[in-house]
Amino acid sequence: MVKVTVDGIVVDVPNGSSALQACEAAGKEIPRFCFHERLSVAGNCRMCLVQVVRAPKPVASCGFPVAEGMEILTDTEIVRKARRAVMEFLLINHPLDCPICDQGGECDLQDQAFGYGADHSRYQEAKRAVKDKYLGPLVKTVMTRCIQCTRCIRFATEIAGVPELGAVSRGENMEVTNYVEKALTSELSGNLIDICPVGALTSKPYAFTARPWELKRTDSIDVSDAVGTNISLHVRGSAVLRAVPRVNDAVNEEWLADKGRFSVDGLKHRRLDRPWVRVHGKLQAVSWQDAFVAIGRRLDGVPGDRIGAIAGDLCDAESMLALKDLMTALGSPNIDCRQDGADYDLSHRAYYTFGTTIAGIEDADALLIVGSIPRQEAPVLNARIRKRFLAAGRGGFPIGLIGAPTADPTYKAELLGEGPEVLAALRDGMHPFAEVLKAAKKPMIIVGHGALTRPDARAILASAWALAAETGAIGAGWNGFNVLHRAASRVAGLDMGLVPGKGGRSAAGMMSGGVDVLWLLGADEFHTAQIGPDTFVIYQGHHGDAAAARADVILPGATYAEKSGTYVNTEGRVQRSFRAVMPPGEAREDWRILRAFSEVVGHTLPYDTVEMLRERLATVNPVFRVIGGLDAVDASALPGPTGGGAVSSAPFRPVFDDYYQTDPICRASPTMGECSRIYVHPRTVAAE
Amino acid sequence: MGYLDRTVRSFLLAELVAGMGATLRAFFKPKVTINYPYEKGPLSPRFRGEHALRRYPNGEERCIACKLCEATCPAEAITIESEPRDDGSRRTTRYDIDMTKCIYCGLCEEACPVDAIVEGPNYEFATETREELMYNKDKLLANGDRWESVLARRLELDAPYR
Repeated sequence: MVKVTVDGIVVDVPNGSSALQACEAAGKEIPRFCFHERLSVAGNCRMCLVQVVRAPKPVASCGFPVAEGMEILTDTEIVRKARRAVMEFLLINHPLDCPICDQGGECDLQDQAFGYGADHSRYQEAKRAVKDKYLGPLVKTVMTRCIQCTRCIRFATEIAGVPELGAVSRGENMEVTNYVEKALTSELSGNLIDICPVGALTSKPYAFTARPWELKRTDSIDVSDAVGTNISLHVRGSAVLRAVPRVNDAVNEEWLADKGRFSVDGLKHRRLDRPWVRVHGKLQAVSWQDAFVAIGRRLDGVPGDRIGAIAGDLCDAESMLALKDLMTALGSPNIDCRQDGADYDLSHRAYYTFGTTIAGIEDADALLIVGSIPRQEAPVLNARIRKRFLAAGRGGFPIGLIGAPTADPTYKAELLGEGPEVLAALRDGMHPFAEVLKAAKKPMIIVGHGALTRPDARAILASAWALAAETGAIGAGWNGFNVLHRAASRVAGLDMGLVPGKGGRSAAGMMSGGVDVLWLLGADEFHTAQIGPDTFVIYQGHHGDAAAARADVILPGATYAEKSGTYVNTEGRVQRSFRAVMPPGEAREDWRILRAFSEVVGHTLPYDTVEMLRERLATVNPVFRVIGGLDAVDASALPGPTGGGAVSSAPFRPVFDDYYQTDPICRASPTMGECSRIYVHPRTVAAE
Repeated sequence: MGYLDRTVRSFLLAELVAGMGATLRAFFKPKVTINYPYEKGPLSPRFRGEHALRRYPNGEERCIACKLCEATCPAEAITIESEPRDDGSRRTTRYDIDMTKCIYCGLCEEACPVDAIVEGPNYEFATETREELMYNKDKLLANGDRWESVLARRLELDAPYR
């Protein structure tokens, strides 16, 4: 620690801190454009100039290391004059088009010009104009507004790991460019919009839609993947206009994946807004009462074990518990939250959660990824892996990959093989990477759903745990065994035991004629042709996707934006979202639908309010009582997941081919459709 | 004495004569009333009457959907929705003013960076129904087209004092 005086306030800051951090520790606000906490220091905007006693001229505080006894002055005439001058220079070439700029109202340059700039301009000459660049369907550019802070370049290179942006020329002629006219190939490209301090990079789908002061902000959780990214939904009237990330260092830092950010326009397309019942092969709009009666009539006389329910990937814990309780009341053991056919060992939570925790990745020193493509399944988590990879330096964080060879994972990863036989080779010590894992003090293994959605999932899980135990990945104070989920609802479903009971059928068993009445709670990710022709299908969900077309009764539910829900992310962290808008038309919150229906069939569920339901949730599993926090699990004494069996040699396959089309919301989103067209099927675009 | 004076005055109709005198004086003075529907009083170039949305001389609408008028409106009478037009420029798809909410303070005009929304000299827009006072973009643009020469002249006259 070093002692630094800032404007007469003495503060202790760690060695190697910058003067800017010392000023912040003293509670002094330093204006800045190019400096960002999570990016490297560039020091090119000069806005953070401060005066250091005995220094000959003002210094850029973001890149100036502190020294013992340093005296920093942040509010002298020299500093004020320097800031005014820097601001005047920045504004020389910045257009005064705030009225048509989408950043207006949330612009760093606007705010700081107001706070630190001069009251008028002395510049009379012509301003610079720069040609706009094409960065794909998500990021809109107005490069004339660029102040060359290079934040976007550093973000793309360091965080997103796609070094596609750069600067050409120098001085006044400097331009930020992507060199070739090509869409930015990153799942994190939306963060460029947040990181740009001016209106040079703005959101294309949100262009000219609203002003920040018109928006109501509601805290929510991103359900497009299992990371549980903290987001804030920005709402005007009844429409969710955009989603932006909230800072949560334990989960997403301040990033948000593109699917979570840009799929919000899917919330108002293809919605189910009233109940429907199929009469003589045609769906007819009916009232809630008629829909319930139709289901009740069909359920009449059906034995409990011929009724089944499958919960989908976007469900909140409350509705899943209501579904489970309803099925229990109807005497059905056929419940499942694993529509993709994944298999886990539920005897301990450590066997199906991300034990290292996302923040814990930064302590790991070796990584083995089994049957997962984190860049697509959890882009924000992938950014954390890359962060660790960069921080460890050359060879400091060896990464092995077992699974389908992918395009750039954004870090250097050694492809060890494509099938589960590599796991056995690693355990035998036959594979050179085994030495790497053994030598590491804190190795971690990530098992993805490429490995868990196979018939031999349990054997692979057991084998991966054994490898982790043998290489010292599971010990006191370090749990290096991780399951990377891809569905936001999955861990909550497993925590409450939403899996087939004694003698119950799994999702696949229910679909292939195992039940007569099938209740789908937002379950869409399978081919509806799998469902037997005689099965009576009740689809409760929010979008008219594939399963709704097959349904005999449709009950309109609410999306994550329209209900307050509890979600458990892949780490097992319980998080809560809040209602941002009301469900459209006659749609209702899902747990209320189930509660209302239970009354019709005479098995009234014992909760009237969401608080009572949450109390029940906490009795089912106490983990639901702790919101936001996560207790460290000591897995060292655990015997490991059971379930051996033969491991097939089939190679792991990617969980999905199209990152942009994985759930009903993004399939309904025009923006995601456009992304899919441009990024996943570029050939059709080229043909046009 | 006082009694005599009052009696003489009342017999000679002194008050009446004084009153008629005032009438006669006023008869030759210039008149202050106007024949309203056919004649109108003078208006300041700053008079804040009915709103109008102006266009540029080439016919392009001025409003760029910056929403500053909507933000500044103390009565929250303005509602704007916007999206990119086909040529990529920022335009409103909806520009509504609820004239029954409006308090004619002129802040929208002050806020407008492109002199698009203005309060014109027209104060004769009474209607028979409330609904007619919910102005939409078409109505406001039509107002602008009708009054443009006057509006431009008013802005020109007021410019030195802005």
